Amino acid sequence: MITLSHIEKTYAGADGAVTALKDVSLTVARGEIFGVIGLSGAGKSTLIRCINLLERPTSGSVIVDGLDMMALSDAELREARKSIGMIFQHFNLLSSATVYDNVAFPLRLSGMDEDAIRAKVEPLLALVSLDDKAQQYPSQLSGGQKQRVGIARALASEPKVLLCDEATSALDPQTTKAILELIRDINQKLGLTVVIITHEMQVIKDICDKVAVIENGVITESGRVIDVFTDPQRDMTKEFISVLMGSGFPPDLQNAPISAEPIPGGRLLVRLTFVGSSAGEPVISTLIRKYEVEADILYGNIDSIKDTPYGRMLLGLSGAPEAVENALAFLREKDLRIEVIGYVA
Amino acid sequence: MSPDVIPLLMKALGETVAMVVVAMIAATAIGVPLGVLLVVTAKGGVLACPALNRVVAAVVNAVRSIPFIILMVAIIPFTRLVVGTSIGTTAAMVPLTLASIPFIGRQVETSLREVPYGLIEAALAMGATPMQIIRRVYLPEALSSIVAQLTTVVIALVGESAMAGAIGGGGLGDLAIRYGYQRFRPEIMLATVVVLIALVQLVQFAGNSLAKRLNKKEM
Repeated sequence: MITLSHIEKTYAGADGAVTALKDVSLTVARGEIFGVIGLSGAGKSTLIRCINLLERPTSGSVIVDGLDMMALSDAELREARKSIGMIFQHFNLLSSATVYDNVAFPLRLSGMDEDAIRAKVEPLLALVSLDDKAQQYPSQLSGGQKQRVGIARALASEPKVLLCDEATSALDPQTTKAILELIRDINQKLGLTVVIITHEMQVIKDICDKVAVIENGVITESGRVIDVFTDPQRDMTKEFISVLMGSGFPPDLQNAPISAEPIPGGRLLVRLTFVGSSAGEPVISTLIRKYEVEADILYGNIDSIKDTPYGRMLLGLSGAPEAVENALAFLREKDLRIEVIGYVA
Repeated sequence: MSPDVIPLLMKALGETVAMVVVAMIAATAIGVPLGVLLVVTAKGGVLACPALNRVVAAVVNAVRSIPFIILMVAIIPFTRLVVGTSIGTTAAMVPLTLASIPFIGRQVETSLREVPYGLIEAALAMGATPMQIIRRVYLPEALSSIVAQLTTVVIALVGESAMAGAIGGGGLGDLAIRYGYQRFRPEIMLATVVVLIALVQLVQFAGNSLAKRLNKKEM
């Protein structure tokens, strides 16, 4: 649905050119919810604006629904933008227009007649549960309600793609959840392709199918959310995850020295990550029974990524060195991810 | 106060109001588009054309830097061309209009710049043309602020119209100078000042109320 290839974006800055995006390529499949996560200033805002050419890449190509966006004339680009909805961190609603008129705005741009507009706007307001607020002004609404207006407005021209620019960053956690649910709902009901940029891992975890991590204008990691979550490669990705899930260490072990060599009487720390059905297997009890090791569960949590159950556990294995080796070998055979951290006293 | 004062005052008030109203309407008709032009042709504007922008801005600054009394006299040939005479109330309307156009242009520019860029960006993302952005985003969003700014221009016009006496334009200022100052009739001076104060208060009050009614940002 969306293919960005080798996007470069440089700005003329005060001290020479500033590169905002470096050789960024990504593909978003039809009907997918694709998240881009990065710190502020990493280039994610520029990246999402390259999709509808609010920012024109310095080089590279942008294909949306088969259209080569960079090759379009101004008029063609305006038409193409009508099939790409966008919502914003600060909502960007017209303060001088009612909720109804804000949602009708894109339709009036297209010169639709008022009866047809009414027939479209009313069901949209119902979809976002704002039918009773049609004649209010944005200043009379809460942040979550404003974003609902933004969503209804973005959907009015029946887009195929919805771009979400930090759409929940200005909202409190409960409202964020409700807005994310709405986006997910729309994605499923209308088959809309959604691109979300955010600095909150929660957003990625709750609704995205795929994720790309952007650092200093470069995509450093990408893939299915479940894979990136369970097996992050980059330090920054790990940090994003640990902000959300905790470090995975109990407080008393957080600063403990970790040795690569066995310590007499010490424990081997092993992190297990369970995904999907393997979360239900009796791995630990088998381990203890078969291999004569002690397995202390030092830390554990279970969560879900979109709909997939996902758990993390920190085990402290102790026992005869051979038994510990065998136990590790057993764990490696299982359908779970294991990370050997080292020995602690 | 002698009975001749009231008709004098009424006549002068009528002249002042006529000068201000006509100049205001004409100057708004030109000044608002000028303000829009200053914003949209600026670097990064929806119709960016920095070269044109610089020229227009330079002309605006040039006209604004001429003191009104000098402008009034300097453009006498132009005034005669437009209204067929260079003296009287009608003639005074021409320089008043001309002086107000760049003033309004700058005031409107300021109002439009207060419209958050996010709104322009949202409209662009929805496929709006530059004209649609001007008509459906910039102007409605800035309307309340423009009304407040135009109120200031009206009040400035009341002040400038006092100088219209120099070309026989009449009005309250002229009355105060000729009767109050030159003929030593302080009661006329005082009465004129009172009427002027009342007029300015009324304009400011009306402008504020309208601006407030149009502002939907704080409800």
